[in-house]
Amino acid sequence: MRQAVGPVLAVVAAILVIWYFAAVWMNAAWTQQQAARAGTTVTFSEIVTDTMQQARPRLPAPHQVAVELWNTVVMKKVTSKRSLVYHGWITLSATLLGFGIGTGLGILLAVGIVHSRAMDMSVMPWAIASQTIPILAIAPMIIVVLNSIGISGLLPKAIISAYLSFFPVVVGMVAGLRSPETAQFDLLKTYNASRAQVFWRLRLPSSLPYLFTSLKIGIAASLVGAIVGELPTGAVAGLGARLLAGSYYGQTVQIWSALIGAAVLAGLMVGLVGVLQRVTLKRMGLSR
Amino acid sequence: MLSAEEIEGFADDGPEPTDTAPRDVVIDARDVELVFETNDGPVHALQDINLQISKGDFVSFIGPSGCGKTTFLRAIAALEQPTGGTLTVNGMSPDEARRSRAYGYVFQAAGLYPWRTIAANVKLPLEIMGFDKAEQDRRAQDVLRLVDLEGFERKYPWQLSGGMQQRASIARALAFDADLLLMDEPFGALDEIVRDHLNEQLLSLWARTEKTIGFVTHSIPEAVYLSTKIVVMSPRPGRITDVIDSPLPRERPLDIRDTPEFLEVAHRVREGLRAGHAYDD
Repeated sequence: MRQAVGPVLAVVAAILVIWYFAAVWMNAAWTQQQAARAGTTVTFSEIVTDTMQQARPRLPAPHQVAVELWNTVVMKKVTSKRSLVYHGWITLSATLLGFGIGTGLGILLAVGIVHSRAMDMSVMPWAIASQTIPILAIAPMIIVVLNSIGISGLLPKAIISAYLSFFPVVVGMVAGLRSPETAQFDLLKTYNASRAQVFWRLRLPSSLPYLFTSLKIGIAASLVGAIVGELPTGAVAGLGARLLAGSYYGQTVQIWSALIGAAVLAGLMVGLVGVLQRVTLKRMGLSR
Repeated sequence: MLSAEEIEGFADDGPEPTDTAPRDVVIDARDVELVFETNDGPVHALQDINLQISKGDFVSFIGPSGCGKTTFLRAIAALEQPTGGTLTVNGMSPDEARRSRAYGYVFQAAGLYPWRTIAANVKLPLEIMGFDKAEQDRRAQDVLRLVDLEGFERKYPWQLSGGMQQRASIARALAFDADLLLMDEPFGALDEIVRDHLNEQLLSLWARTEKTIGFVTHSIPEAVYLSTKIVVMSPRPGRITDVIDSPLPRERPLDIRDTPEFLEVAHRVREGLRAGHAYDD
């Protein structure tokens, strides 16, 4: 873990450098337009300075995003509608609910697929097909259909989020539940073990390393699902709503800070699953 | 000592008809045949297998790879289905014997669960068979003592050497006290020194428990050292070429391997293996 800090910081520094150059390059046109309109000329250093502090830049400079994040995360009360923490929580709650539904559904489907040949043949192609449909196309329909039967608010977003997160869990768990060697199944057969005993004592413990890998992918996908679920509804709260509002009003700084906020949130959640993975597998003696 | 011809004669028209096998015959194979259907056509894994194993025997199956020794052991364990002939274990079909938990099986790889301690691994069959907790503890302790693994109950498999892991897997097979122990090259992956030691331990374990043991190996010294009966097999089709009843006493120190009797038996095994090979060419 500690060795990773150096390379990570180097990459972050490189991104910041590129970002600043890009900000100057992309925002300079607007500065020059303004100057031309006012009939003045601007020096290069004036252009650079101006590109760093426009109210609605094409590409906000990193420090502008940082200031916006500081203002909306730390300086606002978390109950305020202008607080990114407030919006982040709205999205996070849908993400977690969706992740829970998706993981549960994924595990159930995997158990079915592994134990029933009919399910193996029928469910898997549908699961794969489900992921080829663009989520942006299906999300509004899920919202509309659920809304028409009286379900609104958290659940529709969670379902879109589950729609994205169940798939990696199914694929990972099917592989995990099938991962024990033939000799291991033979051994249990010599004990005349029932299918349930084989499942609880062999298949499930063997599948856990696979499950955790899937959960990392699944939780990131859940967040994407929840954000996408907020876009088509014109939601008033959530990270998706911030993105949408930002793009309506040309608030690029707000968009970028919501994006960074979402990325940090995803990173934290994946990291949390990683910690859970390490602790569990270590306790099980599966890693050392 | 019976040669393969005599054995077959015994099966065909001997004084013991199939339905009244002697009481102490544990495994009775008559004209057993096992054909695997593969994409390249049928493979005769076993052909004309006739063999009786009595209670308390230590029987080794030896032969080159592809001779069907493992397949035969798996057929006894009902992990493979013979396609012809009759095979009984304790007077039942192999599958009935499996369901009555008549045998313990030791695989080539120890196959301990990495997420279970040694004691918990040994208790695995006991849990599945529904022994109560106190009985599980008692039996796990007993069999771990039997294989010299006292004090390792709380260790995880990765903390043990390969030889110790294999001993733990033998303990696991012994835990539910089946009278028959089937071992498929259990020491194949271990070095010679460890192997000698485990062979010695296995013999003393066999003497103490009076179990019937079926043991697959491709080592001539191992087969001769351990067995009361050595079944020599050869491939394509998998068949028995010789059955040797060992003249060696049951009590066997390691240095018995330098005696003329031992070398004579080893020689006969080697001859049997060579004969099988010549037949193939």
